[in-house]
Amino acid sequence: MALDPIKSVQGRAVPVPGSDIDTDRIIPARFMKCVTFDGLGDYLFYDARHQEDGTPKDHPLNEERYQGASVFVSGVNFGCGSSREHAPQALYRAGFRAVIAESFAEIFFGNCATLGIPCVTATSEDIATLGAAIEADPQLEVKVDVEKARVFFGDSNFTVHIPDTAQDALVSGRWDPIAELLENAEKVDVCLEKMGFASK
Amino acid sequence: MGKSLYEKVWESHAAAELSNGQTQLLIDTHLIHEVTSPQAFGMLRDLGLPVRHPKRTFATVDHIVPTDQFEQPFADPLADAMIKELDRNAKEFGVTYFDLKSGKQGIVHVVGPEQGITQPGTTIACGDSHTATHGAFGAIAFGIGTTQVRDVLASQSMAMSKLQVRRINVDGRLRPGVYAKDVILHIIAQLGAKGGIGYAYEFGGSVFDNFTMEERMTVCNMTIEGGARCGYVNPDETTFEYLKGRNYSPTGAEWDAAVERWRAVASDADCTFDDLVEIRAEDVAPSVTWGISPDQGLPITGNVPRVEDADTPAAKASIAEALEYMKLEPGSPIKGTSIDVAFVGSCTNGRLSDFREVAQYLKGHRVADSVKAIAVPGSQIVDALCRKEGINEIFTEAGFEWRGAGCSMCLAMNPDKLIGDQICASSSNRNFKGRQGSPVGRTVLMSPLMVAAAAVRGCVSDAREVFEVGEAAAV
Ligand code: SF4
Repeated sequence: MALDPIKSVQGRAVPVPGSDIDTDRIIPARFMKCVTFDGLGDYLFYDARHQEDGTPKDHPLNEERYQGASVFVSGVNFGCGSSREHAPQALYRAGFRAVIAESFAEIFFGNCATLGIPCVTATSEDIATLGAAIEADPQLEVKVDVEKARVFFGDSNFTVHIPDTAQDALVSGRWDPIAELLENAEKVDVCLEKMGFASK
Repeated sequence: MGKSLYEKVWESHAAAELSNGQTQLLIDTHLIHEVTSPQAFGMLRDLGLPVRHPKRTFATVDHIVPTDQFEQPFADPLADAMIKELDRNAKEFGVTYFDLKSGKQGIVHVVGPEQGITQPGTTIACGDSHTATHGAFGAIAFGIGTTQVRDVLASQSMAMSKLQVRRINVDGRLRPGVYAKDVILHIIAQLGAKGGIGYAYEFGGSVFDNFTMEERMTVCNMTIEGGARCGYVNPDETTFEYLKGRNYSPTGAEWDAAVERWRAVASDADCTFDDLVEIRAEDVAPSVTWGISPDQGLPITGNVPRVEDADTPAAKASIAEALEYMKLEPGSPIKGTSIDVAFVGSCTNGRLSDFREVAQYLKGHRVADSVKAIAVPGSQIVDALCRKEGINEIFTEAGFEWRGAGCSMCLAMNPDKLIGDQICASSSNRNFKGRQGSPVGRTVLMSPLMVAAAAVRGCVSDAREVFEVGEAAAV
């Protein structure tokens, strides 16, 4: 399957600070009553963005100045909790194409990788500097350079980390592994046979 | 040098190297449920692909099923549609399906072990983060996203990178009134909610050697709350004893061969681990959470932290956020916090032994008038076994509602939800903001017996006092 290489993501950014932001918060469970992912973008961070009666609360994602952002900036252990792919799907469908955080929960990271959403980690200082720069100028263009593992904004830039496997997959346009998995399917069958499960 | 179980399983399941450097890992057993599978089947249809090994996928419904209505159509049309979608997918793609009429339906992590589908030395994947539960059998079991569910359906494999292994030893004797749930809450509080990132947890030591399978499952279940994607216990006689005679367990000569294989897959005595953590069983107290992350836990005798107790700005901020959300007084004892709802159930603590243990103490007690208490068996089989022993009656006589099997208030995708800022004493595994269905609902995690104690007193309580669980009772 030919996919577009993702060498970098560029756009405006929104800082959503906090630690241990879990996937229940990114997309509350009640919005998962669906058989497709369509429309999930509307419910991104729903409870963090709305009062119980549905009126908007203070939240960066509700702020006019951050509308149209495509780079999401957050804190430690982002995406922890439930394995729901609804979380990265909601981010994607709300227009986000890259996430910068101090660290990521593993399943969330993997889910993003297969959707072609680069997740890169940076130090808390660099994230704070970036956050302040975006605050000061919400129109600031932020470039997440996957190939160079750096984030560029204004006159500044800093190093980010992305595991080699994910970097390689994104940059070479092989972030969805299905084609390769299918090519090797017979090798998998042999393995399954050895485990004694092939016919069961 | 010897190898760990994780390494052995990894090696026997590594089918190919992928061009990005990841490994294509065989998944022996694939479990699916109604919430994370429909989109994956949709992707298969779009690609025109079949399920490659339909006999290796097992389906059930759990997240969305009402626990007080057993006949379709359900009151919630969305829930009804999702279940019909799984009915259709299971039929069309030929996968085994424990549906509502099967008598075997239940939470996917209760059903797998119960049916003997969960076996040592295998790899198990499920679109659900608590798949780690199956590690109790010495399986490498982990949660995956929906695109990976597609990969496993289509190829019986997925792309993965190898983890490191951290051995966690719990040695000594647990004190009376201390349960498997307390062990894992203690471990998470010690190592943090992200302490396990990049690791598989291997649990061992005398406490685990003596644990039943259900206790091992409770601990492995919550490894994900500690950030580790999978956790396991080496298979031993307890494991084999549990599996013997179950529906999908091998029989006859195959059983003997299987046991031999399973024994051999356990970590070698001389293997080394990437990290080692030692915990004294005596240090584990009956534990509860006070905040909005599972690592925000403390002994029942402890006090809720103050913002100034933390030393970094980030830690201060997370304490402040949790205190505000939970509406708790900084520095106040957690014991005595009044509760509105009590929930015994979930894939962490919704098994026969959990209900048995509570029933043993609950007899003769009454749930406080101010508390709505529900007991939700993890599967239809757990339900039937409880009924056979009269456990359901002990619960209902005490004032609990006894419900049908499902996830229920663990994540409240069915009608069982908190209302407004109600506080729930819960035997489940997550205390995230809004987890139990109300955006401002509050959760205090604890063992099932502590939930019962809270239900009886109407506030977070020490089960050892409420039920006189003492040294004497432990003998
Ligand atoms: S009981 Fe809770 S944690 Fe377990 S599978 Fe169901 S929703 Fe997930």
